[in-house]
Amino acid sequence: MEDSYQTILTSLKSRFQFEVQEFRGDISLVIVPEHVVDICRALRDEFGFEMLVEETAVDYWPQETPRFHVVYGFRSIANNLLLMLRVPLNGNAPSLPTIESVYPNANWFERELWDMFGIRFDGHSDLRRILMPHDWEGHPLRKDFPLGYEEVQFSFNFKEIDERKPYAKS
Amino acid sequence: MENIAQSGTTIQDVSFDEVKHLVSQRALDGETILLNMGPQHPSTHGVLRLLLELDGETVVSCIPDIGFLHTGIEKNMEAKTYQKAEVMTDRIDYMNTVGNNLAYCMAIEKLCELDVPPRAQAIRVILVELQRIASHLVWLGTHALDLAAMSVFLYCFREREMILDILEMCGGQRMMTTYIRPGGLWRDTPVEFEAAVRQVLEIFPARIQDYEALLTKNPLFIERTRNIGYLSPQDALAWGITGPTLRAAGIPYDLRKAQPYSGYEQYEFTVPTHTDSDTYARYLLRMEEMRQSLLIVQQALDTLPYGPVRSNNRKYVPPPRSELSTSMEAVIHHFKLWTEGFTPPKGSVYSAVESPRGELGVYLESDGGPKPYRVHWRTPSFTNLQILPLLSKGVFVADLVAIIGTIDIVLGDVDR
Repeated sequence: MEDSYQTILTSLKSRFQFEVQEFRGDISLVIVPEHVVDICRALRDEFGFEMLVEETAVDYWPQETPRFHVVYGFRSIANNLLLMLRVPLNGNAPSLPTIESVYPNANWFERELWDMFGIRFDGHSDLRRILMPHDWEGHPLRKDFPLGYEEVQFSFNFKEIDERKPYAKS
Repeated sequence: MENIAQSGTTIQDVSFDEVKHLVSQRALDGETILLNMGPQHPSTHGVLRLLLELDGETVVSCIPDIGFLHTGIEKNMEAKTYQKAEVMTDRIDYMNTVGNNLAYCMAIEKLCELDVPPRAQAIRVILVELQRIASHLVWLGTHALDLAAMSVFLYCFREREMILDILEMCGGQRMMTTYIRPGGLWRDTPVEFEAAVRQVLEIFPARIQDYEALLTKNPLFIERTRNIGYLSPQDALAWGITGPTLRAAGIPYDLRKAQPYSGYEQYEFTVPTHTDSDTYARYLLRMEEMRQSLLIVQQALDTLPYGPVRSNNRKYVPPPRSELSTSMEAVIHHFKLWTEGFTPPKGSVYSAVESPRGELGVYLESDGGPKPYRVHWRTPSFTNLQILPLLSKGVFVADLVAIIGTIDIVLGDVDR
């Protein structure tokens, strides 16, 4: 790990609880949801991470709890650094404070996460679906959301699958 | 004319109640008019829909509505092996297909610590830079067309065809090539490749001058672009803007220089910047970027090394066809790779390249299986489009068209 990261981490360590992960040169801090806004503000104002480049989530259902991890990526252009944050979130309807007040472009990233994962961002100014139609049901990137395909019918289960098909209902 | 705000009806598929808080009180009182622009509109460069609040001809607020081209690529990729998922990456930013392949393959190579031979790296750079020129040509043509300079469009598309011919020569298709593969390239370039690229290098500088002769000092073009769509450097950073739009605001940030990948550190080129940060500055900047790309292609072609174009790591890269008839081990690797696929180690990486529009990042997570567990495309158009409401406050509708053109969005890149 480079020295520049080391100084940032030591300084952050005195104020926040986190765990450091390093994989292939990417450094990520695993933090708790309550600290997310404070850490973002510290990163922007004190350590020069002026840009939010990435905000996404991963769904670990059913094999792991906490179910969701929200992943943030911050870039410092002046110091040429990239730092990732990971926030594990429990439950099927999780919520997290928005970081829109610190990085305004989190607005669309968080709308996308609400749309795709059903993660609610408290205090968000405009939490609507962004990519899916506004009356869509479910959150497509969750692992329990089916991809949608035609089930293959064999002779042993032909009837059983046939009864589930939409035309069988009428 | 019926007023949308007062009638309380649904406009296409977004109910007005949902976006009520984004328009001013005057719109609710019926003083200003709400107008739908797109998704089928020639100036929105695809299926972008804007809900405009207009006071006469002035834009009071602008609400972008995206998702019309959402194809669920991220979800689909989770259901396919790493090799098969790559085919979908071309379809994300369809103006920068080779660049998407590169971003995806670089993420896999970072995850698997896979080596790429120098020849493959140099060919990657040549193709990506040619594609950058092609993408800028499409931008220039459509941008000028929006501003009523039609002939530029025809010239740009004529020249773009030369570049697409080179891609077809290499990958077999004009656009969706999937030519770059994890660990190298699909195959080596054909013999005519070098001559074709040299021809581009010979012809293009004069052609770029031709476009500039048509536009740079054209009073009508200057009138439509200068001081239109000003973006301050502070706003650009806060809104995560990357690419030419950020550089036109005076911040010399380019991933090819900041974190060189694929051998960019060997080539000499400058990152053009500008300080005016208006539509005209972004035009000048992209024209200069095309020249710099030609310079990179020239250097890469002159120093193109000989050697293999695929990594020798058989756990990830299939063996050459010639080995299949002589080596049992090659047959086993071939069989395993094309049935099960390869299995990268467990972990997650973020890897980014400089696309013609800005930072194109791939967040790739592997659970140790043959299919990507999660792929997120951090696309530059998605983030850059977010400043449209900010830039379009108080401008004329005709200038809004210039602003949409200047941020250079590709809707496939926005919606994924």
